[in-house]
Amino acid sequence: MRRVAIVGAGMSRFGEDWNRGFRDMIIDAGTSAITDANISGDKIDGMFIGTMAAGRLIGQEHIGALIADFMGLNPVPSTRVEAACASGGVALRQGFMAVASGMHDTVVVGGVEKMTEVSTSEVATALGGAGDQEWELFMGATFPALYAFMAQRHMLDYGTTEEMMAHVAVKNHKNASKNKYAQYQNEITVDHVLKSKTIASPLKVFDCSPITDGAAAVVLMPYEKALSFTKKPVEIIASAQASDTIALHDRESLTKLKATEIAAQSAFKQAKLAPRDIQVAEVHDCFTIAEILAIEDLGFFKKGEGGKATMEGLTALNSQISINTSGGLKGCGHPVGATGVKQAVEITWQLRGQGGERQAKNANIGLTHNVGGSGATCVVHIMKKE
Amino acid sequence: MRPGLALTWRRIPERYTLKGNKCTNCSTNYFPPRKICPKCRRHGKIETLYYNGKGKVYAYSEITAPPVGFELEIPYVLALVELEEGPKLTAQIVDCKPADVKIGSRVHVVFRKIQQDGEEGLIHYGYKFKLVK
Ligand SMILES: [Zn+2]
Repeated sequence: MRRVAIVGAGMSRFGEDWNRGFRDMIIDAGTSAITDANISGDKIDGMFIGTMAAGRLIGQEHIGALIADFMGLNPVPSTRVEAACASGGVALRQGFMAVASGMHDTVVVGGVEKMTEVSTSEVATALGGAGDQEWELFMGATFPALYAFMAQRHMLDYGTTEEMMAHVAVKNHKNASKNKYAQYQNEITVDHVLKSKTIASPLKVFDCSPITDGAAAVVLMPYEKALSFTKKPVEIIASAQASDTIALHDRESLTKLKATEIAAQSAFKQAKLAPRDIQVAEVHDCFTIAEILAIEDLGFFKKGEGGKATMEGLTALNSQISINTSGGLKGCGHPVGATGVKQAVEITWQLRGQGGERQAKNANIGLTHNVGGSGATCVVHIMKKE
Repeated sequence: MRPGLALTWRRIPERYTLKGNKCTNCSTNYFPPRKICPKCRRHGKIETLYYNGKGKVYAYSEITAPPVGFELEIPYVLALVELEEGPKLTAQIVDCKPADVKIGSRVHVVFRKIQQDGEEGLIHYGYKFKLVK
């Protein structure tokens, strides 16, 4: 296997963007990443694009070809990757494997979702497809309800409270307020969260990541070559993915995502590192409880202590570990197919020292954690600065 | 997605009568049924098992933001029900005040309308659960 580096990163402004369509956003992100890499388009020999639900949300399939065409990159092979909300992270892993194996030399990995063309209940139904259509969605399940089950059991088993969960949202909004690409650049209080409308008890509107339009892209190449393009290559030192049951009801435990644990253990083994070696991480906070599960399952905190750690500020910028400096899915926004790639963009910027006001100090090693559905897919990457 | 006619028809035994299955090689019960036992794979021996419809609430949530097709149902209580025979399933808890549902509440199955394809379309039936008095 060859070593692989990220040499370019870019994203579109996340948000509810009625002025721009699916194509505009991914072209914006792709062009930014390629310009940032300072490479010519004819060097690109492969593309992987994460998109979850374009068929349902904009009526468009065949996304790989569409994007290669409108990026002006034909005839480069371009492949769509779908793994629900982990589509972007899995696309990154496909790109990583393509370069590591020697099959491709310069690969663009993109992620994109256009979610605001349809009604909120249409979006809920489309996202519901990440679960088990015949046995969960058919019965009236929604994703907030599935995560509500996890929250309820975590509260019962470990004494996690709604206030602890609210602190995840408050912290992520604070980080997002320092990110010009974020959907929400306003700070909120614990009171805002606790008094917001209930969606699926005990989860409220402010426990949930929003509906977002957005795109993100990175450029990958062999590490040895990367040094001739940039002084600041970011090396991907681990890439791991695991699967679990598609339906939540088939899990032994609701208070952890087993696929996260397995992917994380594999990634740390590949990198020959431990959780304490990570300074900055983008984790999958599709709901506030999801960030609490993530920081426990990734090994940053003991099982059951994630809520308390968050409330004590241990995951805030420049504390014990800086979690979701971008604002996470909650603050920065969650255009589902783009999220896993956006996480890689943020960690690349952090490791290069381009985090601006939200820069984590001494950021040498970063981690991304992207989840599909209620945890049926989990993908973890570890990145290191030169 | 609106489930089609054939899909609805194929699922009638499971959704109307809680017809699931079990693997006699490792003594694991499955609902919804599985063609392959994940523990034993090709060494598994899958046989039909009808569930008795009794169980306990494992987790629940009162849903106030509905997916397409459930707009008129809100608020409704969705739960993970742990069946007496072992497996858990996802279903609504009905005929009670949401505040009456607790983790551990004993429930039993009832046959109900789940959703409908518009004004004149197919009506989909299946299982929901009621609190045991
Ligand atoms: Zn078996």
